Amino acid sequence: MSSGFSLSRILALMVKEFIQMRRDRLTFAMIIGIPIIQLVLFGYAINLDPKRLPTLMVAAESGPATRTIVAAMEASGYFSIAPGLASPAEANEALIDGSASYVITLPPGFERDLVRGTRPQLLVEADATDPAATSNALGALPQILSSALKRELTGPLATQASPPIAVDLVIQRRYNPEGITAYNIVPGLLGTILTMTTILMTALALTREIERGTMENLMAMPATPLEIMIGKIVPYIGFGLVQVAVILVCAQILFHVPMMGSFAVLLGVTFLFIGCNVTLGYTFSTIARNQMQAMQMTFFWFLPSILLSGFMFPFRGMPDWAQVIGSALPITHYIRSVRGIMLKGSGPADLVNEIWPLVAFWLAVGALALFRYRRTLD
Amino acid sequence: MAGDRPEEIIIDIHGLTKRFGNKTVVDDVSLDVRRGEIVGFLGPNGSGKTTTIRMICGLLRPDGGSGTCLGLDILRDADRIKRQVGYMTQRFSYYEDLTIRENLDFVARIYALPDRSAIVKKTLERLGLYERRDQLAGSLSGGWKQRLALAASVMHQPKLLLLDEPTAGVDPQARREFWDEIHALAEDGLTVLVSTHYMDEAERCHRIIYIAYGKIVARGTVAEVIERSGLSTIVVRGHDVGAIARLVRQKTGVEQVAPFGNDLHVVGPDAVALKQAVDAALVETHSDALAEPGETSLEDVFIRLMQEARARDHSANGTAKAESPS
Repeated sequence: MSSGFSLSRILALMVKEFIQMRRDRLTFAMIIGIPIIQLVLFGYAINLDPKRLPTLMVAAESGPATRTIVAAMEASGYFSIAPGLASPAEANEALIDGSASYVITLPPGFERDLVRGTRPQLLVEADATDPAATSNALGALPQILSSALKRELTGPLATQASPPIAVDLVIQRRYNPEGITAYNIVPGLLGTILTMTTILMTALALTREIERGTMENLMAMPATPLEIMIGKIVPYIGFGLVQVAVILVCAQILFHVPMMGSFAVLLGVTFLFIGCNVTLGYTFSTIARNQMQAMQMTFFWFLPSILLSGFMFPFRGMPDWAQVIGSALPITHYIRSVRGIMLKGSGPADLVNEIWPLVAFWLAVGALALFRYRRTLD
Repeated sequence: MAGDRPEEIIIDIHGLTKRFGNKTVVDDVSLDVRRGEIVGFLGPNGSGKTTTIRMICGLLRPDGGSGTCLGLDILRDADRIKRQVGYMTQRFSYYEDLTIRENLDFVARIYALPDRSAIVKKTLERLGLYERRDQLAGSLSGGWKQRLALAASVMHQPKLLLLDEPTAGVDPQARREFWDEIHALAEDGLTVLVSTHYMDEAERCHRIIYIAYGKIVARGTVAEVIERSGLSTIVVRGHDVGAIARLVRQKTGVEQVAPFGNDLHVVGPDAVALKQAVDAALVETHSDALAEPGETSLEDVFIRLMQEARARDHSANGTAKAESPS
């Protein structure tokens, strides 16, 4: 073997690889860009202990003890309590559409019963679809309440403040009472698997034609850019729907994920989401010059999609700028929709805030693809 | 054939120009092709043949010039031109991972041909590929791929067929059959513009256009182009043609010296000077080789045209460089 080993030959390959890498600007940008983006996202955006979760108060009347409880919960940093009181119906709505993570309900006569020492009920309803996002705040709640009430119930009432805690704290983990992680992971996986596969499929759509030399022929034939786009993305929408069926059947058989909402709504939202992805992939393929670049772009998109969508890490734990980026990603709205439909039984009316971003995204990338499509070989 | 009527001009372009960056690839090209004609488009590699063809069928946007193709404006009506033109690319550009029939089906659907299955079946039978219709196109040999590509590009019965070096890498038998097919199509009124490197193919065209460095440098029938070149040829036959070749190359009046087997073709612009040069060389080498007048070939003419064009191009670029300080 000694005669079969040549440093010159190795050097020849090394030099060639380096030249090719340098010529491919996108690869070069990825080498620099991906580590920076990962560092920023992991370092600043991801927070496993989400704070300032939106909370609504439902109470018949307000009093000094109520105000103390509100102040203490705010001070803990976990809760961001909306000013004023909400009705039970409003609070329920807010939990379903996801605009509130917690609802605190104080029964009528709470202030009076607290002073009498009859341990009134304090009901906390939490949106437990993502157990990781809610558990820390719930865990801290007894301590927050007892130290707050200790300060409030001073003087002759001090005995009521002593342990056990002066209120009967009732916690309801709604939508996922047992805190089963799979319930949260399955909708997220649905989103990430679809993002990865469907974008990649269509990202290769045009670049493959270019690399195989069939693009010139296709362009010489009388097909319009819109016809080519529709013809190329529709098969992959079908492909994505088959994937969804497979994932849902497995989720049912293996993890017994409940299905509270309707399949029709799930199908509709899934169709929108796959539409966004295949069109985005097609847009990539109008920009990429070869299949390698198309795959790199897909990967580049995939990174924020798993990190900033609320799939792996709680969305509300992220700083505002990361939430803004996350809100621009279709997967964020899709994961919320699927969690809502499967676990909360959300209907189209509850999902309006998730559906319109998907529609807007689809139209925007579709327009971009048609704008980017090169009708000539120039 | 109705090709004589002057109103039936299929391609009529003027001053077509295309630049890639600061390089002018096609420079002020004008050409006209009449109905039923087979026009050969010749020129060295990189001379702008493919670029010109692509501009005619709307695949490239010209930087200058104007023209019509099938009576439609090549700048504004590219979409309508595409429907009536068949274009066969230099590289096989149908789908290698589709079968022969699937490829033809695809093309028939793209052109929205009525009675698709009948047309595809007829095409397969005419090609002699009906038995192999379910074979992948990628597994075909070069000659068969070329026949498939031709069949696919005329299936929608175009009025104009653009062929970009259609017979590159195809054996002589297949080339012969291909050209028979082209002539049969032209008999039916199809107009053909075909680019090629092969001289024998140029001779099968009604008319040829020679392009070099983006400019048209000769046009007409083969006989006309040879005639106008004014070149004379002497064929030297016998022993020691190698020594004669080395010597005669230095003489004035000799432009090209090319051995053909045991023969030597000596070409020059002036018949008298050429004769003197060859005779002198024979005397100097004490050779008993025979020198007799020969026919100037198209290849000799093209090499001359190419050399002239190169000289012009270099001198033009030289001035351009002198003018700009970069």
